[in-house]
Amino acid sequence: MPALTRSARRIGGLLAVLLIASLVIFLLIEAAPGDPASIMLGTSAAPDTVAALRAELGLNRPLALRYLSWLGGLVRGDMGVSYTYDTPVAGLILDRLLVTLPLTAMAVVLSVAIALPLGVWAANRPNGPVDTLASVFSQVGIAVPNFWIGLLLILGVALGLGWFTTGGFPGWGAGAGPAIGALVLPAIALAIPQAAVLTRVTRAAVIEVANEDFIRTARAKGLSRSRALWRHTVPNALLPVVTMLGLQIPFLISGAVLVENVFTLPGIGTLAYQALSQRDLIVVQNVVLLFTLIVLVVNFAVDGLYSVLDPRLRGRT
Amino acid sequence: MNMPLRALAMTASAAALIAAAPVAALAANEVSFVQSVEPAGLDPTVSSPVAAGQVTWQNVFEGLVAIDRDGQVQPQLATEWQVSDDGLTYSFTLREGVAFQNGVPFDSATAKFTLERILAEESTNGQKALYAAIEGIEAPDPSTLVLTLSAPSSDLIYWLGFPAAVMVEPSSADTNGTAPVGTGPFKLDEWRKGDRAIMSAWDGYWGEKPALDRIVARFISDPQAQVAALKSGQVQVVAEFSAPELYDQFASDAAFATHEGTGEMEVVAGMNAERPPFDDIRVRQALMHAIDRDVLIEAVKSGHGTPIGSHFAPGSPFYVDMTGEYGFDPEAAKALLAEAGHPDGFEFTFKVPNRAYAQRSAEIMQAFFAQIGVTANIESSDFPAAWIQDVFQDTNYDMTIIGHAEPLDINIYARDPYYFNYDNPEFRETMSAIATASTPEDRAEGYARAQRIVARDLPALFLYSEPRLAVWDAGLEGVWENGPVPSNDMTDVRWTDR
Repeated sequence: MPALTRSARRIGGLLAVLLIASLVIFLLIEAAPGDPASIMLGTSAAPDTVAALRAELGLNRPLALRYLSWLGGLVRGDMGVSYTYDTPVAGLILDRLLVTLPLTAMAVVLSVAIALPLGVWAANRPNGPVDTLASVFSQVGIAVPNFWIGLLLILGVALGLGWFTTGGFPGWGAGAGPAIGALVLPAIALAIPQAAVLTRVTRAAVIEVANEDFIRTARAKGLSRSRALWRHTVPNALLPVVTMLGLQIPFLISGAVLVENVFTLPGIGTLAYQALSQRDLIVVQNVVLLFTLIVLVVNFAVDGLYSVLDPRLRGRT
Repeated sequence: MNMPLRALAMTASAAALIAAAPVAALAANEVSFVQSVEPAGLDPTVSSPVAAGQVTWQNVFEGLVAIDRDGQVQPQLATEWQVSDDGLTYSFTLREGVAFQNGVPFDSATAKFTLERILAEESTNGQKALYAAIEGIEAPDPSTLVLTLSAPSSDLIYWLGFPAAVMVEPSSADTNGTAPVGTGPFKLDEWRKGDRAIMSAWDGYWGEKPALDRIVARFISDPQAQVAALKSGQVQVVAEFSAPELYDQFASDAAFATHEGTGEMEVVAGMNAERPPFDDIRVRQALMHAIDRDVLIEAVKSGHGTPIGSHFAPGSPFYVDMTGEYGFDPEAAKALLAEAGHPDGFEFTFKVPNRAYAQRSAEIMQAFFAQIGVTANIESSDFPAAWIQDVFQDTNYDMTIIGHAEPLDINIYARDPYYFNYDNPEFRETMSAIATASTPEDRAEGYARAQRIVARDLPALFLYSEPRLAVWDAGLEGVWENGPVPSNDMTDVRWTDR
């Protein structure tokens, strides 16, 4: 099949999944109890005031109409207007992505930077001191939730040592230094549990490949231990590691909800959490759809990465 | 084996470099205060009035009159006012030379516009009902505003000093939620949603310039994060600290000033009087007898709270202590239950908002109820969304628990309908009498009578009044110690050492 049709088919599939997801998301959110207008007005508002606000927000329109107008807006690149903030949702989400995407990217880089060396080293010297360290790290890292690591980092590093601020985000307008500084501790908190999982996967994959015949052949042909490791074992072990990383990215983004709350970062996670508790449905809808899109795109990218890593897969679907 | 080592070393040194970057220094004349709930919009005259007022009231927006830190009505944009003998005509003299932050002058026409907007049919002002007595609004000349009332309303002048009645002008009224334009000493520079709102001193202010150049509202909801922000100097004021168990550490710290002030919050466990057995007054009285409020306050609020026996905050000048009425007495409780036909107790569902104070209180109450044979099944409810729907709109609950934050809100028991389904003509008459009271003594007597009625009828179990736990940097002065209005008025705050 020509490459172009293949891509077109995959993108078509992606759009179909998004469409179905949008309907499911819309209906689920509509089914949740709670009326945005009465939440916004608080407990002392009279019923006619609530009715006036419902009319102003367009909540009186039929369900199907509201869904279609949301969908129609999305096609035109218009996500609608937030009920509570009264500003365009697209702008709100964009502002928040400028915090969450760098945060997630830092966490991914950090978890790979920890897990890859640690996993390879541990696999290269099984039962050695580094292997024991890696095993303890991955046990603890998997067991401990990221927001708790966040709290410990606030207490120890931010309050104790005073190296970083305890939370909040100065904004990119304040310069890259302070902005990145505000993301370091949250990125570490996010990265540690992911690094723990990744360390295990890396170690297991490297050990498995190291026992393959072609490695023995390479060694028999006179390659040094470390050359065989870096030239042959590690590249072949990367496939499961990349698969795992692809699976982890959605977890990182959803994990960001809790970590952002602990560090009071104005990211997409705090936006989603706040919008959900305020029943700012239009914001929730768009954020959840965006998460869906990110998961789909990451899967798409991981699939593409396979063929880069594994020459045998090139030219196949 | 060199490569991973090198990578690790590089990562470590990069982290160290970033760490060495200095934390942004605080400008000399700036104060950051914590606002735990981020408002949906910054205009206190529409939708979420409390949170918006906590950011912009007095800082950005001002009213005809204002409630001061002692809960007293003070002139603001109105310099004086006369009330006719029948209490039906209010005549305000407006301050001259006042302008809004966009240059539009303030006069009787803008004041008329503001009040008409509150009362309009399509109004989305959550406190609209408080101003319902206003029937006619006249602006005979630019500095005179005359209100005619449909019935005397002795509280009206008080409510005109509240955030819900701040003055706005027509050209900016619709955008005040995102770009507030008031007559106050600070104007909004930037609202970074989810993080902070930055306000700076405005040159064109009619009154005395504030001592601070810049004030910042930081939206931090997590109490632990509030503590961390205070201790690291990122914020200087937390007017309403939500975690009493974390408060005491500041009291012993010389770097901070603390004040356990009076607040307006009453935590009450409302019951649905239309559902048996709560329709029986003896059952409600028995449940009140079953609770030791001091123990409850100790467990829930680390002792920071005052028991109440009625729906009034102890800091109010109208407060009457009714805690002796149905005090802790399990034997009396059992006797009342037996008399009401429930000698072996009964079982009910306790719908509890998922907020720490409510959940903890409900667990303690559950234990007390168990001692008189009553089984409370706690059902957690997502607050505000699901809870408001179930309790407020559908009145689908047996018992619930919530803190009522508005001042002088004992009138909720006269509302029809309200979530208690409480209906007592005597109480409603008392409320009308208060509204039409001509002397302060009559008004005080009315509020005292109202407190006695609900203390006896117990449409809700009255638990405790929440203090306003305030913490601020010891170098500051002028921070409000009490909270007659939920607010963060920074107009009189200054650094003593700068």
